[in-house]
Amino acid sequence: MKEASGQEINQLAGESQPEFAETTDQYKVKLSMFEGPLDLLLYLIRKEEVSIYDIPIARISEQYLEYLRAMQELDIGVAGEFLVMAATLIHIKTQMLLPRDPDAPEGEIEDPRKELVYQLLEHQKFKGAANVLHQRAMMESAAFTRASMDEDKDNPEVAATVFQLFEVFKEVMDRRRAISEIEIARDEMTMSEKIAEIKLMLEDSAQVSARTLFERARSRREMVLIFLSVLELVKELAIRLTQSEIFGDIVLVKREM
Amino acid sequence: MTVDELKPIIESLIYVSEEPITVKQLAAILDGESVADIQTAADQLVEEFNARGGGLEVRQLAGGYRITTRPEFSEYVRRYLKSQPSARLSLAALETLAVIAYKQPITIPEILEIRGVTSTSAIKTLLDRRLIVAKGHKQVVGRPMLYGTSKDFLIHFGLNDLSELPNLEDFEDLMTS
Repeated sequence: MKEASGQEINQLAGESQPEFAETTDQYKVKLSMFEGPLDLLLYLIRKEEVSIYDIPIARISEQYLEYLRAMQELDIGVAGEFLVMAATLIHIKTQMLLPRDPDAPEGEIEDPRKELVYQLLEHQKFKGAANVLHQRAMMESAAFTRASMDEDKDNPEVAATVFQLFEVFKEVMDRRRAISEIEIARDEMTMSEKIAEIKLMLEDSAQVSARTLFERARSRREMVLIFLSVLELVKELAIRLTQSEIFGDIVLVKREM
Repeated sequence: MTVDELKPIIESLIYVSEEPITVKQLAAILDGESVADIQTAADQLVEEFNARGGGLEVRQLAGGYRITTRPEFSEYVRRYLKSQPSARLSLAALETLAVIAYKQPITIPEILEIRGVTSTSAIKTLLDRRLIVAKGHKQVVGRPMLYGTSKDFLIHFGLNDLSELPNLEDFEDLMTS
């Protein structure tokens, strides 16, 4: 049961629907405050300044139903749990109206509100606890731990030497030579253009494999250019070269400036 | 090793560990040293380190030790990290979390009973943020899932263990006062 018709609620209340036209706005703001039926009840108890241990059930349930009606007036789907609580209130109300068993021993007469009071108190406690948790989390978020250390599992920090870089270069170069010797148009790319291109690649991904870089070259001249550019970038401290294993691929890692 | 020799080693280990480091973990690394000595050294370290009144402090969190910046300087640290305070939990999620924290392990229907509202979406949020974890099934009809708080919960709320949660009975008389 997600929504209820106004009729259902009126049947619960056992009375006709009063006029809500003027008070609609007043409810609109407040309703968002209620998480659930217990919140609404606590609010009403506080508003009416009555004791939680001695709730005037008739008065409070009347008000409770009024809020429910207003919710409908505003087309807010009244959640099932609100209606369950309404039924509980009416039930308690009728129990309180019944004459007490005159034969029952004094101590055994149970207040029909007892369970509800217990539930409200429990709810109240958890609201308080939630509040304290919130404060703690706020305080805690002000204490920072150090940033995680640079321990890239895929690329353990083995600094690659120029010779190793040259090794990769040579390897790709040999492979290329084997494939084709044909060079058509002379590529007039300059080194500064190449450096800019590599820098751009590093903008996109923080790491670039040297092997892919060389393999992408269209001519030997371009490969030489890449080789020199990488050296230049290392010299400028713009990148770092890492190698995960000896003779493995060399990875260009951007240095944070 | 003497306690005084252990202290700087422990300090460096607390510094490098990503999560709060426990005495047990320390003992595993400081092979051969007595747990009692390590505990004493760690306790002394906390006291001495924090008495310095610097920008860092050693704190006891989730059963371990951790070095954090002092909350007083959060404004500057945030400015440097350009970080925003992390997204707050909704009231519904916080209340649900409070119920779970105090009543764990607990099932969803039991939470409903206490809160008076269904908590399904709040539970999902809490699971996503790893503040709660499933703790097996309750051996009753339907075998509903039991939930409890996680280690991240302790860290998030700055608690060393669950006994540090504020006493629930202290909130009893908020109404009457």
